[in-house]
Amino acid sequence: MSQATLGIRRISGHAGPAPGDDVERDYQVCKLIDTTTCIGCKACEVACLEWNGYTFTDTVFDNSYQTMPETAWNYWNLIKFNEHEREDGSITLLMRKDQCMHCADPGCLTACPADGAIVQYTNGIVDFQQQNCIGCGYCVSGCPFDIPKFNPTTKKMFKCTLCVDRVSEGLEPACIKSCPTGCLHFGSKDDMKDLAETRAKQLRDNFGFEKAGVYDPAGVGGTGVIYVLHDVTNPEAYGGLPKDPRIPFLVRFWKGPAKWIGNLAMLGGILGVTLHYLRFGPKQVDAEKRENGGQP
Amino acid sequence: MELSRRTFLKGALVGGAGFSLLGFDLTPAVAQLKELKIARATETRSTCPYCAVSCGVLIYTIGDKAKNVTPQVIHVEGDPDHPINRGTLCPKGASLEQDILNPRRLLKPQVRRPGSDHWEDIAWTQAIDEIAHWVKKTRDDSFIEKDAQGRTVNRCESMAWIGGCTDTNEFNYLVVKTMRSLGLTYLENQARV
Repeated sequence: MSQATLGIRRISGHAGPAPGDDVERDYQVCKLIDTTTCIGCKACEVACLEWNGYTFTDTVFDNSYQTMPETAWNYWNLIKFNEHEREDGSITLLMRKDQCMHCADPGCLTACPADGAIVQYTNGIVDFQQQNCIGCGYCVSGCPFDIPKFNPTTKKMFKCTLCVDRVSEGLEPACIKSCPTGCLHFGSKDDMKDLAETRAKQLRDNFGFEKAGVYDPAGVGGTGVIYVLHDVTNPEAYGGLPKDPRIPFLVRFWKGPAKWIGNLAMLGGILGVTLHYLRFGPKQVDAEKRENGGQP
Repeated sequence: MELSRRTFLKGALVGGAGFSLLGFDLTPAVAQLKELKIARATETRSTCPYCAVSCGVLIYTIGDKAKNVTPQVIHVEGDPDHPINRGTLCPKGASLEQDILNPRRLLKPQVRRPGSDHWEDIAWTQAIDEIAHWVKKTRDDSFIEKDAQGRTVNRCESMAWIGGCTDTNEFNYLVVKTMRSLGLTYLENQARV
């Protein structure tokens, strides 16, 4: 067994911040997906399955080239094929690699009640620790991208790990390595943002995609997976990529203010009881009741 | 306030125990990672057998080659040093591990006889013998020594050779020498590696 470990920045369901989250500065790793050069060959899907040791499952035909309608607990990486009508009426295929976005402010981690079941490493990767997972499925309600999936056999949640076992050893994720057209890139977040902006500018200036841009939603604090889109004003066309993903309000409220309100209510109760005791003293049993052996 | 050594030690012990019991811990939080599955594997360079592009692949095998150990292929990925694919692979090539570890993989030569509707297993020796027999027979039957105008051509047009993308340069050299000596003209050795 290796003893490889990685520092943690955030822990789910943990009282207080993760100890030692600021002792060392690590690079933020990032995947760049250039949807304009994706040819939909699905090499990344196969490489993902192969590296993570999952066998091929039955594909589901749904009148498109897509392998199956949604990612599955053992199928973390799915190219979404979308027929899109251009303004002149012609049809184009928009292909987007769908997987965990590794948000800087992860909704799954916020929603998770199990201590240490979801962690965010110092390099920004959000990972599920299945040994701590209680299978409640709260992460699904917290995720704006609908990524965590439930394994009915082991009753645990699974999702893309950004190949943290490879990344921590200095290798790129399996999907990135396989991509034959080079539409997938991997590096530090700064470098990838730079590369993405350069590519988007190239698309705007030279290829006539006036709305081309980079998808790095600020609603979840930026993501560890960024896209270059032909039309960044309409990400929904790429298989339901949310325009402004946010952690749902109820999840935020339940995990934030509700806890303080609950704590305050509890403290208030204790305080009230104490004050009542000091003001009125202990409860006296009526003399009549005492004579009847406690019965009224 | 006077603080005796004894009181100080008592207080420190009780206080420390109390903090530990309450879960007060300053060690940085770390998570153990899944082991890199190719960390102790043998890396072997090979060529993807599927199409004529012949991408380079790395085959990772576990087992230390000891006498009583059968090595096991655990992973296949692209070879970054290969000039053709530079580490990338197509979906078919990316699934090579499942081609190697496939119960339906052919390990013996098979033959489908004329008029037969199924393949049957034959031994290697028998396969080589039969191929040699048919090559000899076909060449004897259809060898063209002179063409219609009486020029010497010495060719055999009723056979062809198709190579594979994993054939090496040296193998292809031998193939061309051998096939040309038989008089073959339809010759595609798919020279890639």
